[in-house]
Amino acid sequence: MSEIPADLKYTKTHEWVRTLPDGTVELGITDHAQHALGDLVFVELPELGRRLAASEPYAVVESVKAASDVYAPLAGEVTAVNTALATTPEQINQEPYGTGWMVRLRPADSAALTRLLSAQQYAEHVGPEEN
Amino acid sequence: MAFIPHTAEDVEQMLGAIGARSIEELFDEIPAAVRAGPLAGIPEPLGEMAVGRLMMERALADGMSSAFIGAGAYEHHIPAAVWQLATRGELYSAYTPYQAEASQGTLQIIYEFQTMIASLTGMQAANASLYDGASAFAEAVLMAVRINRRSRSQRILVPRTVHPHYRSVAHAITSYQGIRLEEVEYDSRTGRTPLAALAAFDGEDLAALAIQQPNFLGVLEDVDGLSEWARARAIPIIAVVNPISLALLKPPGAWRGAADIVVGEGQPLGVPLSSGGPYFGFMATRMEHVRQMPGRIVGRTVDLAGREGFTLTLQAREQHIRRGRATSNICTNQGLMVTAATVYLALMGPRGLKRVAASCHARAHELLDALTGIAGVRAAFTSPYFHEAVLKLDRPAGPLLAALARCDIVGGLDLAPHYPELGHALLTCATETKTSADIAAYAAALRAVLQDAQSAQHAPAA
Repeated sequence: MSEIPADLKYTKTHEWVRTLPDGTVELGITDHAQHALGDLVFVELPELGRRLAASEPYAVVESVKAASDVYAPLAGEVTAVNTALATTPEQINQEPYGTGWMVRLRPADSAALTRLLSAQQYAEHVGPEEN
Repeated sequence: MAFIPHTAEDVEQMLGAIGARSIEELFDEIPAAVRAGPLAGIPEPLGEMAVGRLMMERALADGMSSAFIGAGAYEHHIPAAVWQLATRGELYSAYTPYQAEASQGTLQIIYEFQTMIASLTGMQAANASLYDGASAFAEAVLMAVRINRRSRSQRILVPRTVHPHYRSVAHAITSYQGIRLEEVEYDSRTGRTPLAALAAFDGEDLAALAIQQPNFLGVLEDVDGLSEWARARAIPIIAVVNPISLALLKPPGAWRGAADIVVGEGQPLGVPLSSGGPYFGFMATRMEHVRQMPGRIVGRTVDLAGREGFTLTLQAREQHIRRGRATSNICTNQGLMVTAATVYLALMGPRGLKRVAASCHARAHELLDALTGIAGVRAAFTSPYFHEAVLKLDRPAGPLLAALARCDIVGGLDLAPHYPELGHALLTCATETKTSADIAAYAAALRAVLQDAQSAQHAPAA
């Protein structure tokens, strides 16, 4: 069973969202997603300041077997990019909810957070996929 | 690789396996209205002997012409060993090998090819080849738009000195993706793209700048100046180069504003002119852009026992995995042409290639000296050139070329359709295949043809 921290929000496409004290949100991909992709070898991240629309593909994670799009769980402007992933993409495998974070956004509409999945809803979503 | 057609029995068996009684029944769901039927204008089948005879007659009708035309495809000497080796069974494949365990010979050839192209262009990585120079240029345009994530414009500066066919192929492939190719004018006195022409675009949002060296008019561009202009504005640079010329000229990786993507036509490296194809395109780039490079890439690795081996690599962005979001729809290479090119480059070595290039350059100068000594013929430009140059004539090039062809001389390319502003202009080329006698024969024929044209003009009306 993959790790699904209770304090985060999720999407059906396996992204997580953490609300930070300053009102921005941190984004990454879930433990389930990193496990399904296998060892990551490359991450393509957006430019600082780019405005993302909800559900827009904003990053590409590439493993030895596939390159997959990562979708924005909500609209907003990119305020920080985890540039360390350029040289150490394996951090997403090792700590998907920690050093494996991908970008921070200033949400265009913070109410959008309430429309995301809770940890329990996400667990139910991946439940059948797990096997 | 032998071609093994299906026998009637094979067809019978296959139909049996899927439960169809005949080929007609197999295809009966295709409406009659969309079927092609017999092809008009296609003659009845011939036996091998008759086909051989027909082909021989056609070849003889072409004559043994002496070709002074380049314009993107160049006649070079191909040592007999090139095709002797390239067609050995171990190497003879037109397709990229998926099965590393069964294809180490082919994979190593491609790997060596990539290494040679990277070294020639001054880049860090090359792909396993593309279809031809023109489509390689189109792929470079698409790649430049991908790597320039700062630009939103999708506008690419393409000087008019880039091969006209490359420009039209790139337009056909990229225009429906919203990419705009913006023409940059050249200086009609020098035949070069002047820095001043780029200055007109200063401060505008541009996705890339293309530079062809030597350019289509044969002239050496100020690649340092042009590339530095783009580099200073963080605009990616696409270099279009002739691989033979790279033995003498500065590789695009060493231009003052180093190129990001280098492409070109690979035909000069051991591939015969062969009525226009098959040829191959090559592409190289810097490591930072390698994941945006289209096509196949072969990598060197080790197996579980630590033994060296070769395999396709960086496939995760290709079409069979990423479908519609793949980097490119190019998922193949020109294996056979690349095998010949690799053998050619290995046989030549850096010194041999340099001798070929130097010989081309010397022959082109000899040709230009001989032709511009004729009344009514002068060099169009003052700039240095490699093995090709534009001549200005005092009458239209088309009829003169037709008259030369009757003397078994292909004199060059009439530039009127592509560069009407140059007036009566002819693009002509000499490679190491031309002897002083060939050049003297061309000059004598051109002189005679011009004199005939002159006297016809002055002849009293009958």
